[in-house]
Amino acid sequence: MEQLVYKKPDSIRDDFKITFCPGCDHGIAVRLVAEVLDELSVREKTIGIASVGCSVFSYDFFNVDIVEAAHGRSLAVATGVKRSKPDKVVFTYQGDGDLASIGLGETIHAMTRGEKVTTICINNTTYGMTGGQAGPTTLIGQVTTTTTKGRDPQLSGYPLKVCEILKEVDGTAFVARVTLDSPAAILNAKKCIKKAFEAQIKGLGTGFIEILATCPTNWKMTPQQAHERVRGEMSEVFKPGIYKDRVSEAI
Amino acid sequence: MGRIVLNRDKCKACYLCIDACPNKVLEPDENVNKLGYYPTRVSLNKEDKCVGCAICARVCPDMAIEKVYR
Repeated sequence: MEQLVYKKPDSIRDDFKITFCPGCDHGIAVRLVAEVLDELSVREKTIGIASVGCSVFSYDFFNVDIVEAAHGRSLAVATGVKRSKPDKVVFTYQGDGDLASIGLGETIHAMTRGEKVTTICINNTTYGMTGGQAGPTTLIGQVTTTTTKGRDPQLSGYPLKVCEILKEVDGTAFVARVTLDSPAAILNAKKCIKKAFEAQIKGLGTGFIEILATCPTNWKMTPQQAHERVRGEMSEVFKPGIYKDRVSEAI
Repeated sequence: MGRIVLNRDKCKACYLCIDACPNKVLEPDENVNKLGYYPTRVSLNKEDKCVGCAICARVCPDMAIEKVYR
């Protein structure tokens, strides 16, 4: 007798159409968030906040209510949604350019206030949607369309490490950086995303996940080479791991 | 023995599933799909080698592998 061991999560719309480039890790991240919403049985009362960037199309995939925020302002919108509807589960789905550059003020202040929301940040070290410009997390020496000779720290600074900053912010309850480069890493990422949602549901504070994702199109690599880069030079600068975990302490 | 349900018109040919499959059951198709890619398919003579571990479905960024049975 055949047993169903995997199916598309219910929190993904039935008429979904993935608009990302081939091999982009965004699709995996979207699915993991949807699987977690299914497992926690909170789909019916979840409100997502979409941002600007490749993550803008969240409303095309997630089978939950989605609010579209202005560039970088997702956490400000999430604050308003959560405070007016405290019984809802609120999450933001942002890229690194949105969260760490344009919206860094909103990010830090919402987390300093300990807003009971969950934030998923997709860090692909570039502005993917607009054509691969240098972002705040672009690595030293990385060639992008605006750093054509590689990022020079004297000229354009050093990559911003968001997890290291946010773990020092008192309002956060769970801060972790995960990768999606192997099946084991994907399972680990799902566990961390679940904890970030539990941090919110238990009222402990903000849950923050930074996902090291690939952008094969703008890195000009195959999906396989892009995952190799995540494992190599990206993981050396952005070290994966759990930076803060008040969820396990609370249990 | 396992079985996957693959929507070939959703596949964008990144072949992450082919690399991840422990039994090397999957291979690129010879015909293009609606999107113009050469999608993944189950090798014709290896259908019985699938164990239904669902690793291919978990690494697929396009959710083209819709169901996995074991």
